Amino acid sequence: MKEVNITELERRFQEKIDNDIKIEPRDWMPEEYRQTLIRQISQHAHSEIVGMLPEGNWITRAPNLRRKAVLLAKVQDEAGHGLYLYSAVETLGADREATIDDLHTGKAKYSSIFNYPTTSWADMGSIGWLVDGAAIMNQVPICRCSYGPYARAMVRVCKEESFHQRQGFEIISLLAQGTPEQKAMAQESFNRFWWPAIMMFGPNDADSKHTAQSMKWKIKRNTNDELRQMFIDVTVPQAEMIGLTIPDKDLKFNKETGHYETGPIDWDEFWEVVKGNGPCNKERVDARRKAKEDGLWVREAAMAYAEKRKVKNAS
Amino acid sequence: MANQEWPLWEVFIRSKQGLNHKHVGSLRASDEQMAVDNARDVYTRRSEGVSIWVVESNNVFASEPAQADSLFEPADSKAYRHPMFYDVPDGISHM
Repeated sequence: MKEVNITELERRFQEKIDNDIKIEPRDWMPEEYRQTLIRQISQHAHSEIVGMLPEGNWITRAPNLRRKAVLLAKVQDEAGHGLYLYSAVETLGADREATIDDLHTGKAKYSSIFNYPTTSWADMGSIGWLVDGAAIMNQVPICRCSYGPYARAMVRVCKEESFHQRQGFEIISLLAQGTPEQKAMAQESFNRFWWPAIMMFGPNDADSKHTAQSMKWKIKRNTNDELRQMFIDVTVPQAEMIGLTIPDKDLKFNKETGHYETGPIDWDEFWEVVKGNGPCNKERVDARRKAKEDGLWVREAAMAYAEKRKVKNAS
Repeated sequence: MANQEWPLWEVFIRSKQGLNHKHVGSLRASDEQMAVDNARDVYTRRSEGVSIWVVESNNVFASEPAQADSLFEPADSKAYRHPMFYDVPDGISHM
């Protein structure tokens, strides 16, 4: 093979990206592209796994058997999504367990939304409707991401998210149309989740340090603010339809642009939660660490059994 | 933490009778039976499959992407394998 210099490799790489040719695991890629993907995909995986905790909180207290079966299936899907993503991250040469340990030491982040508590059953509605709704907005464009395994994982995830959002919307709309107490429960939950949900898209474009490079590499297809606006525009009419009030006195519809405009977003709160000072950060990471530590003997026993069987079958 | 990672398995699913098994992703499992059981839970929760193959990832030998041009060159340079390489006179049908 001819010796090619790194500039030439980078030029060919960008040419593939510009022509919408997917990058596959063993293809040459700039180290920074690889590291960006490892960071983004592993943090995405951690979000799916940590995201099981706030909803898992309500499985035993679901109001009836149907809701319980649905919530169980939904939380199981989140585990599946985490596993598709850890599988994708391993194709980049990253060590799965090392990325998980980064979560446990606080080096790796996950979506801040899961650092808020789930204090009422209505939160199962708000999470499905708003949190999964925002996740869909974020994830649909990633189905066209330049890295093949990530894009394929997102196709699987997006197929399953629609059920998540609908079951949540069903919960919240039923409560919103119920007794005054149920309606108050729905509104109270909506009040708590609205702002954190619109912050899920990340900081404003001007403050997002990775956006420009990620868009050039087609890891990201839309900016944070574009996705946030799309989410607000579809969600406000849904809330109005079921009789919930948006907890934003400055919210208004701009007839000229055709978009809703919100009041100021409290970015100080966002950064505090990202830094680890949200209501449940410690609880979430402790739960994940404990799960890994408590399961250690099971993983070791399964491996010992597999090795013993291998020896036995060989003789 | 002392922790021996379970091997990585590549998962292939036949989505219905009559189709090939197709690669869908990978997972970690201690042995082949656990790999099949986990593959069912991870990759076929919505009837995506009727059959599962698992292959330990170590056992996959793959072609080198950087050598793809030379590896597949014979296919590119032999257009005469394709029917459009040949002229068929007007009036000839069923060919």
